[in-house]
Order: sequence, then C-alpha cells, then structure tokens
Amino acid sequence: MSPNLPPDDFVPGIDPVERETTPVLEPEFEVALDGEGAHGVDTAERADELAWSEISGAEAYGDWLPEAEIIETRGTWTEVWRRFRKDKFAVVGLVAIAVLIIVAVGAPWIAPHSPLTQYDSGLSAQGQPMAPNSHFWLGTDLLGRDLLSRLIYGARVSLVIGILANGFALLLGVIFGIVAGFFRGWLETLIMRATDVMLAFPILLLAIALSSSISKPGIWVLVVVIGIVYWAPMTRVIHGEVLSIREKEFVTAARLTGCTNRRILTSHILPHLVAPIIVYTSLGIATTVLLEASLSFIGLGVQPPTPSWGQMISDGQQYYTSAPWLTLFPGLCIMITVLAFNLVGDGLRDAFDPQQRQR
Amino acid sequence: MSVASDTIALGATGGGGDTLVRIDGLTVHFPITSGVIVQRKVGAVRAVDGLSFDVMRGETLGLVGESGCGKSTTGRSILQLEKLTAGHVLYEGADLARLHGGALRRQRRRMQMIFQDPYASLNSRMSLGHIVGEPLLVHNLRPRDEREDRVKELLNLVGINPNTINRYPHEFSGGQRQRIGIARALAVEPNFIVCDEPISALDVSIRAQIINLLQDLQRRLGLTYLFIAHDLSVVRHISDRVAVMYLGRIVELAVNRELYGEPLHPYTQALLSAVPIPDPVVEERRRPVVLAGDVPSPASPPPGCHFHTRCPAAKDGLCNVDDPVLREIRPGHFAACHLVSATDYPRIRSAEDRAAAAGTAAAGPADKAGDAA
Repeated sequence: MSPNLPPDDFVPGIDPVERETTPVLEPEFEVALDGEGAHGVDTAERADELAWSEISGAEAYGDWLPEAEIIETRGTWTEVWRRFRKDKFAVVGLVAIAVLIIVAVGAPWIAPHSPLTQYDSGLSAQGQPMAPNSHFWLGTDLLGRDLLSRLIYGARVSLVIGILANGFALLLGVIFGIVAGFFRGWLETLIMRATDVMLAFPILLLAIALSSSISKPGIWVLVVVIGIVYWAPMTRVIHGEVLSIREKEFVTAARLTGCTNRRILTSHILPHLVAPIIVYTSLGIATTVLLEASLSFIGLGVQPPTPSWGQMISDGQQYYTSAPWLTLFPGLCIMITVLAFNLVGDGLRDAFDPQQRQR
Repeated sequence: MSVASDTIALGATGGGGDTLVRIDGLTVHFPITSGVIVQRKVGAVRAVDGLSFDVMRGETLGLVGESGCGKSTTGRSILQLEKLTAGHVLYEGADLARLHGGALRRQRRRMQMIFQDPYASLNSRMSLGHIVGEPLLVHNLRPRDEREDRVKELLNLVGINPNTINRYPHEFSGGQRQRIGIARALAVEPNFIVCDEPISALDVSIRAQIINLLQDLQRRLGLTYLFIAHDLSVVRHISDRVAVMYLGRIVELAVNRELYGEPLHPYTQALLSAVPIPDPVVEERRRPVVLAGDVPSPASPPPGCHFHTRCPAAKDGLCNVDDPVLREIRPGHFAACHLVSATDYPRIRSAEDRAAAAGTAAAGPADKAGDAA
C-alpha cells in the first residue's frame, strides 16, 4: 500500500494566502485567548515539539479577573427538587408517603390498642364485629381486635416488603442490566433471554408457586419471592438505559481520555442511572404493595396473627354486607399507598426529564 | 503548479514533513447478523474499505465526503474506537491495533477527539472542573493540589471563564460546550486530534469562533488535525491537504489548493461544483453537476470502481470490473480513477454545459464525459 505522502516540498500549515482569500468562512470574531506572541510563532517552529509549557503558569486567568469566589451553581438535586415541588399531585403523594412512614415507624405509640389482643368488648352480644364507634374508631374485626391498630401495624408490613423487595429486585436488576448492557457479548444474550422468559410467566402464578413451595411463608420469604419475580422488568429497564448511555459521546470521550471500564461505569454511567432507578423503584413499590396484598389475600403471604392489609381484606370478605368496614378500610389503605407511590414516581420522572431541565 | 514557488521562505524542513500517523489498509466492516439465540453473520457493511494515507506532523488533513461514506468511522477507527477488520494504524511507528488495555490507554493520551454534538459529548452530571480534570486524574498528570489550577489554565486557553469550574454543562451554550470539549481533549496534552464535524452542530454565527480557536491552538501547540466535515468551504479554509471519500474509499487526496483548483476525480469535480459561491453574479452562472441515482449501499458496494454507477465518464468493461487504486498522478496529488493520467482526466460537466457543447461543435478529445453521455 502506498503511504500517499504529500509532495516533497510540502510544509504543513503554509499557505496563509490561501486561507485569507478563502471566500466563505471569513471570521468575524476574534477569540479572546491571544496570549503574548501567540501569532508570532514561526511556522517552522510549529512543527517542533509541543509548546505545552507556553500555556502554564500565571496565564490561568487570562482576561478574567481571579474573583475571590468561584461562581456557584444550583446543583442537580436542587434543580430536581425545584421541579418536583411544582407538581402538586406529586407533593401530595410525598406527604402521604411521609405520613405512612411515620405511622409505620411509630406504630407502637400511635396505635390506640394492641393489634393482637382480642377484646371482649370488641364483639357484640351476638359475636359480631363492632361497627366504628368512639372506642374502636374504625370498628373491630371478627375476633374483636381493633381494626385501626391492625391497619397501623399492617403499614409496617406493606412498607417493609415494598421497600426491601424492591431493593432486592433493584440489586439484581442493576447487576444484570449493567453486565448485559455494558459488557455485551454472550452474557447479554443469556441474561436478556432469561428476562424474556421471566416476563412471559404470569407474575402472580410464579409468586404463588414460589411461596407455596416454602413451608412457612413470612415477611422475609415474601421479600425474596417478590424480588425474584420483579428482577426481570428492572433488568430490562437498566439494560436499555445502559445501552443508550454507553453510546453517548461523553462515554467515548471518557474512554479516549484514558478512563478504565470501572471508572466509566462508576462516574459516567451509574450517575445517569440514578434517575430511572428512583423513578422505577417508586413505581415498583406500588406494584409490590399490591402483590403482597394479593399473596396475603390468598393466604400465601404474611401469616396470622401478624396483621397485613391483604390478609385483612381476605378475612373480612364474607362479611362485606354486614361489616363492610372490614374490607373498606384496608382496601382504602392499599389504594392510598399505591396511589401515593405512583404519584411520586410520575413526579420524579418529570423532574428528572433532561428535556424539561434544559428549558 | 508547484507549491514550492509560492511557499514562504521557511528554510529546509526536509521535504514532505514527517509522518505522525500512518494509516495502512484501514478496513472496518460491521457484521450484519441474524438469528434468535445464536447470531450468525450474514453479511457486512463495508464502512471503511482499505484506506491508506499519512497524516503529517503539524498539518490539518481534511476528510470530506457525503453522509454515510465512512468519514466518521475512519476517524473513530484511527483512535481504535472501532475494531479494525484489517489494516494498521501507526502512531509514530507504533501499531495501535495491536495495543490493548493499559498500553492503549497510555498511547491514546497523544490522540484525542473533538465531537460533533456538544450536548452529547459532556457528561451532564459532572461539573466543568471534573470534566476537564478527569483526564489529569486518570493519567496522573498533575499532583492533586495543582489540578484545579491546570483546569483553569485549560479553560482560559479555550476562552471559558476559569471561575466557572463548579458549573454544570447545561448552563452553557453550544459553542461554549464545544470549547469545554476542546479543553478536555487538550488536558492530556495530545499531538493529534480527530475533529469529527466539530462545527456542524453549531450555530452559523459561532462556527467561525470555533474554527479560529482550533487554528489558534494548532499554531500555539503544534497540533495535528484530522478534520472531518461535509462542508467543503470549511475544509478548504482550515486544511493543508484534503482527502475525498466515497463509499468507504479515498478517491482523491491532494494539497488543498490543487484539489480545489484542479480536481481530477469525477466525483470530486461533481462535489466541488455543488459548493455555492458567495457572489451573486458568479453564483448565477454556476451550473452544478447533478449526479444520477443514489449512493449504493455499503453493504453491497458495486464491483470495480465504487463510483462507476453514478459516474458520467465510466467506461464499460473497465470501471465496473477493475478496482482502481489510489495512484500518484502528480507529485503529492493522488486519485483513484482509471481514466485519470498525468496529462489527461475526464472533465465532468453539467447537463446545461453538455447541451451547449453538443450544439456548437464536436466535443474535445478530453471530454470523456461528453462521450459517455
């Protein structure tokens, strides 16, 4: 192959005549960086060693005064919070979640009665549950236990399972998603086909099969089961995000400037995954709360006497004509929780949207 | 037409300068695969198909061509961002295609890239200080306490207020972002920079600023550029030599003035005839050559000369059979065309010109275009 060299008398960077007479791109602005003698450099010298030393030292500030204070900026999170606040529904959702968390954490102090005690005064003379009254604010259940106290303790179960199970699904999803999306190759094919198989399973059936194969279901079993069931959608989301981020020019630039894979992952790709992770987690918690309720409803979730909203609906369903509060209030709790997390998730998604951020 | 005659007296620099980057038989094919679980290769997009050229130390080599002709892939594969199917890239004699991991990272310090899209090329979650400082960190170029000062120097060098190092990219305009990208590329003190359409995403009003900045930096730091663009006027303005690409191959390579003054290859002639001239009187008379048909798919390039399907001068039995090689037609002026010789070359004319010529007299012997039409 011929090297295609220039003519013998070729000297790069010659031809000032040519440049000056070039018609179209006549520069109108002078760039403000002309240091002393910048233009005086002989063309012959130009081809010599780098003049990097030329730009060191006191030249750091050039035409700009070294102000005492660096110009500060609003950080990413401040900006996200500012946008989030504008969405009134999302703020309502956030308040609801905050109340829920306070209630769950402070259950022993907030609950007016014990959730497990079967009060004699909690049943009518005929042995029927009591309707809401001044003593039992939301009425009692079939065994004479205070419904409000059980709902308050049930919030603990729902939140713990919602958050932990999602955390577990998230952990699996981020690991698998990054491995598949960043390193590609046969591992990607393997992982992504596995998620396809997982997503093709009816989720509820899978959860039922998993939890019924374990002799004694409890909170921790539910966390693992729901985590296993939900890793696939999370993996898919992360995989897609990583695929799009790794092709961005700033990742190419990072590779060119000498970043290792680990550095590219931690400082260039992971920060861009924070937004989708937060959004999908908050939306995922909503579905997890529902799944927990469904499993408890059919008796495969949290075991009595521990109170859980789904299980309470299940217990009260035969009495929904005579004692509608047994199903109504736990149902409302589930609805409010799911709605709150969905609202916050939507609000976060809008707040993180880069298109909106640039406006 | 020798360049020497109007060269400024520079003293003898040893004719031709010296090679900084030698590209030898560079070939990049992207596989076309099919299959559900096991991916089978069913074909290849021949994005870059056997390029050979030298980039001289201190020069700006322009690389022009239509969209999809493989310009960007060429730039990326020189920097080893694409896996080479075949060929070598020698940087100061070292074959980059054989380097991996840490060795490649160290070698890449001397070669950087300026990107087309200033919005995609900066990490929006990093402050300016981190963006420009990261190369210093990963190559350990400055002690920790001197890094910030160095970042400020670099920002000042490209015309960005050094006091903004805590700001984020979204607070800057497209032109400013491009300057920041340039500062990042300069942080590792490179010799060779691939400029991949660095101004085509910018407002027309700030293109000149970035071009000036690039030229100024070249003068001050002795940089070598491979300047990829589809805008012929910009390439003419900034380049010392220009290479014209068509469908993965270089069809012509010459010193700026030669190429624009007397293009030899039919494709170059057609390309240059499409450049508008900023003079209404001249522009009125300009008759661009309109090539028939579309660029063939690089997945199945035509046999022989890739350009023969659209070339008005193509000779049946020659151009559609034999692959033309890039030959030195005149000193330093290369063209890949069977019909070009040192004394003669096909002159491609517009339809109007051909009609006019046919009406007046028989076409001249050199008018192979007229013969073919």
